[in-house]
Amino acid sequence: MKFGLFGTATIAAIGLAMPAMAQTPIKIGFISTFSGPQAAIGEDMRRSVELAKEHLGGKMGGRPFEIIYEDDQFKPDVGKQKSEKLVQQDKVNVVTGYIWSNVLLASLKTVTEEGDTILISANAGPSQIAGELCNKNFFSTSWQNDQTPMAMGQYLQEKGVKSLYLMAGNYAAGKDMLAGVKRTFKGEIKGEDLTKWPDQLDFSAELAKIRAAKPDGIFIFYPGAHGVQFLTQYVQAGLKSQIPFYQVFSIDAITLPQQKELALGTLGAQEWVNDLPNEQNKRYVADFKKKHGVYPSYYGAQSYDSIMLIASAAEALKGDLSNKDKVRAEMKKANFKSLRGDFKYNTNQFPIQNFYIQEAVKDADGMMTVKTIATAVKDGKDPYYEKCPMK
Amino acid sequence: MDYLLLQMLNGVQLGLLMFLLAAGLTLTFGIMDLVNLAHGSLYMMGAYFAWTLIGWTDSFVLGALLALPATFLLGIVVEAVVARRLYARDHLDQVLATFGLILFFNELVRVLWGAAGKSIAVPAFLNRTVEILPGVPYPAYRFAIIVVGGAVALLLAWLVARTRIGMLIRAGASNRRMIGALGVNIELLFTLVFGLGAVFAGLAGLMAAPITSVKIGMGDDILILAFVIIVIGGIGSIKGAFVAAMVVGQIDIVGRAFLPDLLKTFLSTSAASSAAPAISQILVYIVMAAVLVWRPTGLFGQRA
Repeated sequence: MKFGLFGTATIAAIGLAMPAMAQTPIKIGFISTFSGPQAAIGEDMRRSVELAKEHLGGKMGGRPFEIIYEDDQFKPDVGKQKSEKLVQQDKVNVVTGYIWSNVLLASLKTVTEEGDTILISANAGPSQIAGELCNKNFFSTSWQNDQTPMAMGQYLQEKGVKSLYLMAGNYAAGKDMLAGVKRTFKGEIKGEDLTKWPDQLDFSAELAKIRAAKPDGIFIFYPGAHGVQFLTQYVQAGLKSQIPFYQVFSIDAITLPQQKELALGTLGAQEWVNDLPNEQNKRYVADFKKKHGVYPSYYGAQSYDSIMLIASAAEALKGDLSNKDKVRAEMKKANFKSLRGDFKYNTNQFPIQNFYIQEAVKDADGMMTVKTIATAVKDGKDPYYEKCPMK
Repeated sequence: MDYLLLQMLNGVQLGLLMFLLAAGLTLTFGIMDLVNLAHGSLYMMGAYFAWTLIGWTDSFVLGALLALPATFLLGIVVEAVVARRLYARDHLDQVLATFGLILFFNELVRVLWGAAGKSIAVPAFLNRTVEILPGVPYPAYRFAIIVVGGAVALLLAWLVARTRIGMLIRAGASNRRMIGALGVNIELLFTLVFGLGAVFAGLAGLMAAPITSVKIGMGDDILILAFVIIVIGGIGSIKGAFVAAMVVGQIDIVGRAFLPDLLKTFLSTSAASSAAPAISQILVYIVMAAVLVWRPTGLFGQRA
């Protein structure tokens, strides 16, 4: 029986080499956080990747494709191990995902250099990778960390906000975020705290400092579960009515179901918002909402885009991803319908794109969401691309 | 001045939470001579029980009150099934077995409640600020933690100092064999103490939940601090645990509130901010080391 099957397979392989190649699936590895308090972000990304798969009819350039999901458990060392497994053992064509800058930095070499495999970050954008560590195998469908806070800082500068108090988690992205806002916001910085990441969830001491510092506004970066805790404690301390709350990545479709009305009226910056008026975005948001009953987040949108980017290269190369130079050349064109609208790649393979200011509001059905209220930056480039040796 | 007061209150609030956790730990360690690493799991289970029961009853207070007997029962089951078999063993066996319990409870939570964390909302009547002094607002929920934690500490002090059970507990902490020889039902006492410790841990867990969210392994980090507290305070001493918890609470807040600014005068912001929490944590261990040099049995320790 076994022999029979084997024989059939051999004949099929020899006799029908071309169609057989077309039938071996393209493999995509997807690293995200699927357990622990930050699992909601990974789930949003997974749902969006599955939706992209559905929209593509399960095929890229005529070949079926499969996604192998791996859980980084919110830990850089685990993320690196899982990346290694995807590249060495599963031999995937592309690795994508990565919420966290510290996880991405730990995994970068394993994928792009030791594995010579293409990596698309669907979220994290540490400054190092935009600058000196830039790599021909690295693409981003998100942003460089500094950019989003730069957009927020610019908006606050133009609005005439006099002083800010800055807070973020003490890790790669947190440092980039505070550096970013200080690039464009030129008013007084009344205080700055980098808190222990990710252990610290109680901000009582810092909140008392903010109260004493009396800034015109507070700017924070606390993604996911941390954002929920921070905003809750900020409101409990009675500070929201006194000091306006500005944020990046801390009030979004992931956190709003828990922050609810506490978030109303707060402003943030983002490169993608659920109400951006292009056709592909309308379809994505509507289908996502119909399926899951909640809004997708930028984490999801960027993950969807990463799959579409791979698909664009696979279409152009008729499903043959064996020549990596050609794949990279196709990806660099960014020739796909991004949910944020069209963008071009910079020399360091980060997008050149717009950033919008968004406000937390209730939609017509009473569900919390964010809506675009202004364009803060047009065709923004990250501040590190000139340090990247690639031209 | 207001600022100082606020930060001190923050320290007291943190200290009281840690005292609740440390109280059970110091009792089981002092009386049963049991190193119970799984004490943090009871803290976590208290929070998860509260999350479920608050969902059922639609009331924070009711859910929290029901979670306490639930944690008590869980503590008694753990004592009867696992802990009881460990009293006669040496500490290494106890560490291994109770570490196994941590893994068991973390996995159990994953199966029952899922991998994602849960959040408990602050009850509406506490979701505001109270003026502790005119013009000095403080979050009402944190104030409630101080009130409840303080009341429980008083209750415990009364229980240990004035009741028959307390007398047995104190006797057990200083000489376990002797009270057995005097005909006290030691098994029942042990079960009761373990259950009591579980209730306090569960109470700490559910009170911390609205601030830090309910998640797998939430008790594991704070457990280490609880061990430091019972070592500083003296194993088996409730009074010691209380004093040490207050000290550790203040040290933690000082480290976060004042050290960064102090360090920023001669370091970069980023270096200062990453150094401050680390130094603050080392501070706790420095205090522990100093206390142990000065008094090897801890501040209020009964025996070496």
